[in-house]
Amino acid sequence: MTGTEKRHQSRNGYMVGLKWLIAAVAVGSSWSVLADWSALNMTQGVTEISREVYDLHMLIFGICVLIGILVFGIMIWSMLVHRKSLGHEPATFSHSTKLEYAWTIIPIFILIGMAVPATSTLRDMYDSSNADIDIEVRGYQWKWQYTYLNDDPSQEVKFMSSLLTPPDEFYNRAPKREHYLTDVDNPLVIPINKRVRFLITSNDVIHSWWVPDFAVKKDAIPGFVHESWAVVEEPGIYRGKCTELCGKDHGFMPIVVKAVEQEEYETWLAMKQQEAKDVYETVGKTWSMAELMETGEQVYVQHCSTCHQVNGQGIPPAFPSLVGQGLAVGDLDGHVDIVVNGKAGSAMQAFAAQLNPAEIAAVVTYERNAWGNDVGDLVQPREVNALIVAKE
Amino acid sequence: MSAVIESHHDDDHHHGPDKGLMRWVLTTNHKDIGTLYLWFSFSMFLIGGCMALVIRAELFQPGLQLVVPEFFNQMTTMHGLIMVFGAVMPAFVGLANWLVPMMIGAPDMALPRMNNYSFWILPFAFAMLLSTLFMEGGAPNFGWTFYAPLSTEYAPPSVTFFIFAVHLMGISSIMGSINVVVTILNLRAPGMRLMDMPLFVWTWLITAYLLIAVMPVLAGVVTMMLMDIHFGTAFFNAGGGGDPVLFQHVFWFFGHPEVYIMILPAFGVVSAIIPTFARKKLFGYDSMVYATASIAFLSFIVWAHHMFTVGMPIAGELYFMYATMLIAVPTGVKVFNWVATMWQGSMTFETPMLFAIAFVILFTIGGLSGLMLAIVPADFQYHDTYFVVAHFHYVLVPGSIFSIMAAAYYWLPKWTGNMYDETLGKTHFWLSFVGVNVTFFPQHFIGLAGMPRRYPDYALQFADWNMVSSVGAFIFGFSQLLFLFIVIKCVMGGKKATGEVWDGAEGLEWTIASPAPYHTFSTPPALPERAMA
Repeated sequence: MTGTEKRHQSRNGYMVGLKWLIAAVAVGSSWSVLADWSALNMTQGVTEISREVYDLHMLIFGICVLIGILVFGIMIWSMLVHRKSLGHEPATFSHSTKLEYAWTIIPIFILIGMAVPATSTLRDMYDSSNADIDIEVRGYQWKWQYTYLNDDPSQEVKFMSSLLTPPDEFYNRAPKREHYLTDVDNPLVIPINKRVRFLITSNDVIHSWWVPDFAVKKDAIPGFVHESWAVVEEPGIYRGKCTELCGKDHGFMPIVVKAVEQEEYETWLAMKQQEAKDVYETVGKTWSMAELMETGEQVYVQHCSTCHQVNGQGIPPAFPSLVGQGLAVGDLDGHVDIVVNGKAGSAMQAFAAQLNPAEIAAVVTYERNAWGNDVGDLVQPREVNALIVAKE
Repeated sequence: MSAVIESHHDDDHHHGPDKGLMRWVLTTNHKDIGTLYLWFSFSMFLIGGCMALVIRAELFQPGLQLVVPEFFNQMTTMHGLIMVFGAVMPAFVGLANWLVPMMIGAPDMALPRMNNYSFWILPFAFAMLLSTLFMEGGAPNFGWTFYAPLSTEYAPPSVTFFIFAVHLMGISSIMGSINVVVTILNLRAPGMRLMDMPLFVWTWLITAYLLIAVMPVLAGVVTMMLMDIHFGTAFFNAGGGGDPVLFQHVFWFFGHPEVYIMILPAFGVVSAIIPTFARKKLFGYDSMVYATASIAFLSFIVWAHHMFTVGMPIAGELYFMYATMLIAVPTGVKVFNWVATMWQGSMTFETPMLFAIAFVILFTIGGLSGLMLAIVPADFQYHDTYFVVAHFHYVLVPGSIFSIMAAAYYWLPKWTGNMYDETLGKTHFWLSFVGVNVTFFPQHFIGLAGMPRRYPDYALQFADWNMVSSVGAFIFGFSQLLFLFIVIKCVMGGKKATGEVWDGAEGLEWTIASPAPYHTFSTPPALPERAMA
């Protein structure tokens, strides 16, 4: 109450205010020179839309900063000058109709000035017609599935994309490498300078597919398919993230999009189509126990271990243990069924949509014969396939 | 009030309360209930604050050091629920209980027994909510916004306890707000017109109507969840013909007015404090009232701006963008009025004034980032990043919570009869001010650079500013223990306060003795002519 009273004589309050103001501007400007803004601001991105969005952001930000400087400047001036300790006598005014009209009406015009460019950008973003390529983006707990839609189903390419960073890195047992938590096993590959439309949906809870460099963020909602699109102008690797809380590994389902030249894209797509054909050939052959166990372990670690854990112990009660109990050591048909069809009302997904029959057969066999489970039986890919086909 | 000023003060008042614990259990006195609300709120503030510190400690550096992601999600969820429903809302109800009758010259709240019920529901509601932390499967982990189907089909079993706790909080809030409305409309001192009421009373009247309007909507949405989980309905289950987006519409139809429920009384507090310490009448009283009412009205028609990325048609996006931007107009009017109140005043800077000025500046920063968030194309980049976290913490922490602290310092001498320690109060202010800005200002930049919210771990590029933010959080968190100490010290003793306490203060509560006698205004006060306007 009293500490500030003796700071200055009242003879020239305005000079005091001016001095403080100059000091504040000097500190502010030297700081802005030192700061590295690139790591602190929104990306400009690599599409026409993302640059429009960036410009809009900077425009509104600038207006807000100006309003802030004006309002806070007046406040700070007032605080420095209109103080009792400087002997300032209080004025008696308590309203001014003119002023009140002014600060109601002027902001409306400023707002209109912001709304006009915002509206035009939004209209551009919402025009998702005339796509060259359609890709379905489907969220799963906690990975993404990409399907390159094609009128001929046999030409359709479909794969899962999940986090590449091993748990050792986030549990601090191994040094964190570049692209920590931002790298995936199978990136989405798209050609540059083509209008790529993303059809975004989800298989379980709500996720959100965000690639900042494309200014694309759309919620993936079960039961809905939402559209978004991008024309990427430069080849490169663009990283994004899931931005809607979707359960425990919400922070561990990154997005990577690789934009390449058209020829490279076509080569890649042909390779993927061939891979899909190869998988269907392997379904027909008879697998040995060793082959199933080897493939099964890989599949398990990649798709099952986030919930049931690498050691099969799970995190009860949400994610039950598979060791020495339940379906994993019980009825084979029931075991295959739960992996293929999932369990309604739980986090257990229907893996028929994510894994091919050989992978399902392998992982079921692995679970029945790993971590001390010794059921000893195995299931062949063709049996799993028959089950899936019968269901369809 | 002519002369109820007592010549001496005892710790126990003349028509005093009962002794012992039952005084607090059975009390129907608005001052006792106000005190209960305020202590309850402070204890929830500390519990919710500890959860925030768990979050910030985990985010101090990349990697999972302290907690697993499952528990991290429980912390973010419980932190939000406890701070919103347990700390901020009860604190304002506590202030309303203490102050509304004293400001309008009423002997008590209009419905004292219900007042007792509405408080005593809360400890049970929050005991139930907190008990979920110890249940199999853990506490709610789906965020304080509990979006379906994560909170229904995929929720831990404790969700049912969460639903019941929310119902109890809703009943408590509805009863409390009915009480405020009835008190203000019926028990004003003879001759006090609505437009004579102090702004705090006005803002609470409007807030109470908001509460009565939207708490049943919240009750509705959690009941729909309950039906989905236990009784086989499919309101929010796409597989059963329901709609997960419906949940968000209903939730935010409650949720957006809820945001203003947590800020309108703060406007009232600041509108009381700034004129006192500027020694100058509040600028634009009438426009303050109209602006508050406009904000309350607009709060009902902007809810989907929380949902710009759910894939609404463009007409919906544009409508909600324009409507949201409009809120800037009445909010601007309020800020300009506060600045105009300070302008040409004769200011001193006691602790309540420091918190009030910090409120105006930092709330305005939160308001400006809110305006940025309203711009749909830009929001696609901001949505669900730390930019949003920074925005709503700026309006809630140095917004609502600073106003509550300002109110505590401003009226503590009236409540306790003792002055608080000014030096410690200022120390508390500066620690809080620095702490809050170091915590939340960098979060704007982390968000713009692309860090989503509700992430237990993050890419290495965000490491530096997360560390800064965590340091700030610990400064802010621990400095609240100083606040606790200052309040206890003030309750125990200190320089005696006069009835008027502050030399520029106006209002009926300053015409009675300090501490306020257990019963005030048993006969209605005679108003100094047009004193309040």
